[in-house]
Amino acid sequence: MAEISIRNVAKQFGDFTALHSVDLTVADREFMVLLGASGCGKTTLLRIIAGLETPSQGEVWIGGRRVDHLPPRQRGIAMVFQNYAVFPHLTVFENIAFGLRMQKLPQAEIDRRVTRTAELMHIGQLLKRYSGQLSGGQRQRVAVARALAMEPDVILMDEPLSNLDALLRLEMRAELKGVLAESKTTTIYVTHDQVEAMSLADRIAVMDKGLIVQAERPIEVYRNPAARFVGSFIGNPPMNFLPARKADNGSWRVAGITFKGPKAEREEIAFAIRPEDLSHAESGLPAEVRVVEPLGPHVLVTCDVEGHLFRAVLESDIVLSRGDIVKLAPTPDRIRWFDPETEQSLQVH
Amino acid sequence: MTAVTATETVAATADIRKRGRLVFAATIIVLCAWVLAPIYLLVVNALSSPDQVNAFPKSFVPGFETDSIAFFMGFAGVAKALFNSILVACITMALSIGLGAPAGYALSRFEFRGKGVFRIMVLMTRAFPLPLLALPLAVLFIRTGLDDTALGLALVHTTLALPFAVLITFSLFSGIPVELEEAAWTLGCTRVQAFRKVVLPLVLPGIAASAVFAFVISWNEVFAAAVLTIENRTLTAFLLQNLDVSPLHLKFAGGAVLVVPALIFIFAVRKYLFAMWGIANR
Amino acid sequence: MQQRTLPYLLLLPATLFLCVFFIYPFLLVAWQAVSQDGALTLEHFRTMAGHWKFSTAFWNTMLLALAVVPVQLALALFMAALVTRMGAGRDVILYIWTIPLGISDLAAGIIWLAIFEQTGFLNSILSSLGVIDQPVTWLGYQDKATIFLAVVLAELWRATAIVLVILVAGMGLIPKEYYEAAEVFGAGPWKRFVRITLPLLRPSIQTALILRTILAFEVFAVVAALGGTNLPVLMGETYQWQFALQDRHVAAAYALVILAISIAFTLVFLRTLRVPKEAQV
Ligand SMILES: Nc1ncnc2c1ncn2[C@@H]1O[C@H](COP(=O)(O)OP(=O)(O)OP(=O)(O)O)[C@@H](O)[C@H]1O
Ligand SMILES: [Mg+2]
Repeated sequence: MAEISIRNVAKQFGDFTALHSVDLTVADREFMVLLGASGCGKTTLLRIIAGLETPSQGEVWIGGRRVDHLPPRQRGIAMVFQNYAVFPHLTVFENIAFGLRMQKLPQAEIDRRVTRTAELMHIGQLLKRYSGQLSGGQRQRVAVARALAMEPDVILMDEPLSNLDALLRLEMRAELKGVLAESKTTTIYVTHDQVEAMSLADRIAVMDKGLIVQAERPIEVYRNPAARFVGSFIGNPPMNFLPARKADNGSWRVAGITFKGPKAEREEIAFAIRPEDLSHAESGLPAEVRVVEPLGPHVLVTCDVEGHLFRAVLESDIVLSRGDIVKLAPTPDRIRWFDPETEQSLQVH
Repeated sequence: MTAVTATETVAATADIRKRGRLVFAATIIVLCAWVLAPIYLLVVNALSSPDQVNAFPKSFVPGFETDSIAFFMGFAGVAKALFNSILVACITMALSIGLGAPAGYALSRFEFRGKGVFRIMVLMTRAFPLPLLALPLAVLFIRTGLDDTALGLALVHTTLALPFAVLITFSLFSGIPVELEEAAWTLGCTRVQAFRKVVLPLVLPGIAASAVFAFVISWNEVFAAAVLTIENRTLTAFLLQNLDVSPLHLKFAGGAVLVVPALIFIFAVRKYLFAMWGIANR
Repeated sequence: MQQRTLPYLLLLPATLFLCVFFIYPFLLVAWQAVSQDGALTLEHFRTMAGHWKFSTAFWNTMLLALAVVPVQLALALFMAALVTRMGAGRDVILYIWTIPLGISDLAAGIIWLAIFEQTGFLNSILSSLGVIDQPVTWLGYQDKATIFLAVVLAELWRATAIVLVILVAGMGLIPKEYYEAAEVFGAGPWKRFVRITLPLLRPSIQTALILRTILAFEVFAVVAALGGTNLPVLMGETYQWQFALQDRHVAAAYALVILAISIAFTLVFLRTLRVPKEAQV
């Protein structure tokens, strides 16, 4: 049982606030992915959970134990560092065996675990090398293997696959997920790669400027962003936003078209739609085509709607060229609305 | 026509290049000779018999006689002075690393109040003519019974070597990513274990180099040694004391014995010499 | 809790040591210089200044520093510039050039004594060339000029290495891209040295100057080996008062003079060669 619970944790570096009051609960055996822009505090949060950084306020609980005051070695965690931290004076084998030796496991058990995790990370043939003789990606896999070999209750991984080529990353990703599910480990995994996040996560926690904005199942995060930031950060290409003026109670005018929307005490709110939820139609948002990029199965069209950048992913059989005026119709139940000031999502009742 | 001048210019530039390279090489050789020749001459003297040393004009090749050295080693007090020099240098080495390395570690790993003050105190020692410390300490040592002891002198030499030890170990520890230590903590190490298993193996060569540095600082020091020791003279103090009275061959043999560790020292620490100063500059 | 106290625990030994063996003795020496039997007095400074050797020793020390340090800096800069252009063999040459770094001033004095003494190598060369028929005394008691020159040569020989090491280390910190950029913009080797190396090297030059000047004021054993007491210098006089004349107070007064000029010059170098923090590499 290793549920992680972070309660009201904040962290200041001097007068810079890296984390504002973060609350997050990761269930036992859950695979939680932390996603967010560079510098938003992901590493800081991991380090606080690991005990490498003391929070300025708040509590950290692991497996029903409050662990703030415990040193890292007593927290039952293993960590993969963003910059690997592979010991340069030890061979790959000894690196992976390091934690096991600290636990004073019998040599046979150490051999078994090292070989197994090394095979898993495809570094079985490198066991005798030193870290100076490894490539960046190989070093990174040593770091992952070292953490996996510990068979910990909780594993914290800071961009563990960032340095691998696309193919290898795909493969490692699948293997990691398999191993971690099988070993019943609770995982917090930091990545910049959205596809990775979507494919691995039980839940995704999206962070922005030291805050967790949303922590839900990947499809929820994708479909129903809790805040404008989530919509613009997740999805490639990201969500489109257009200003909407109040027309009537509960209906809003967007680029000359009226849509049913939330009842809000505002003159203007933001209308949002994902590029793939638009279709070419008789009537819809008037858009002037700027750039057309064929993507194979689809075509990405970048347009201008009343002076705003607007992207649509359309069927590839449509023939368009620069300067054409097209009508883009949003799928009605995929339209989202955001408050312009709080930037929070507005619910349609 | 133009083709001819073009080839001529090319040839001329090549010529200038070649001459430039020659001048470059010659300059380097001259500078090497400037450094090495005086040492060579000392060695010639040290390896000649006393008669050869005092002869005129002198030969520029050594007589390969060991009488001078043998005479020096047999000279009353030399063996003891040599022993004292080594003893003092070893104590200095141990003290300055023992005191300096923890401080260097603290400076490289922690942010804390008073860090700046400590750094300034260490840097300040560089602006002070430290051997002068021997004067007041001479009095203090008489009161505490440390006068004329190896330990007393080593304490003064440690003030000379300690700032270097702090700055050098600071730069050594700073060169080791904190994450290595942190990784060890997450893998089950206590602070002390992580230090022993991860940091120590990585800094050991550098620490050894700065220990050698401390050794040589002490080995070479003349003023404090001459002020603080009377019976238990170190080699430098012994030679200084006997400058007026000792024959030439004794001086030269003594000088040669002083120089030998220097050659070994620079060789031993050559890898660290520049790295040490690069950071210690700051 | 432990996190908070650990750095202080680690610093404690070194701090205590420096307080006892660095700060306290300096207070003591200052007190010795200005007191007699517990009462304040300037008597010792008067004795010091009144002695005929004081001003000679003072000016000799100053002149030596003036003759040695600038030449050392220039020579070391020159050598460092050569080092940066060296390909293979760089390590060997650097090793050779830094050898004197490990040699004590006393040994350096003795080494140059072998050259300048009456039956030494200089006279041997001159006589074999037929320039002289009789060995010349270079270091006799009335040959102040040649003693001075010998000391300058010995100091140049011995202590240029430390300046070289500091400068080469400093050059190592200058990113190569700057040179490449300058080269692209058409700067030749000399321009690059003057426009890039020198300005960026200012912190190192400052360190080297401070260190070398202070050491030059402490010159002692080289002079003792080459000139005995024929060329009085401040540190030598300090030693004389402590031992031959057995007056600790005057020796302390000398110490304060050396200290004062050391600090004065350090401050001058700190000010004139100051590099704004934002402008550092
Ligand atoms: N020791 C520190 N002192 C001061 N500021 C720090 C420190 N560590 C981190 N920060 C700041 O805190 C913020 C969050 O840093 P953090 O490393 O957690 O970002 P991150 O989300 O992991 O970014 P990335 O994706 O680039 O790794 C950054 O703005 C960083 O500059
Ligand atoms: Mg990070």
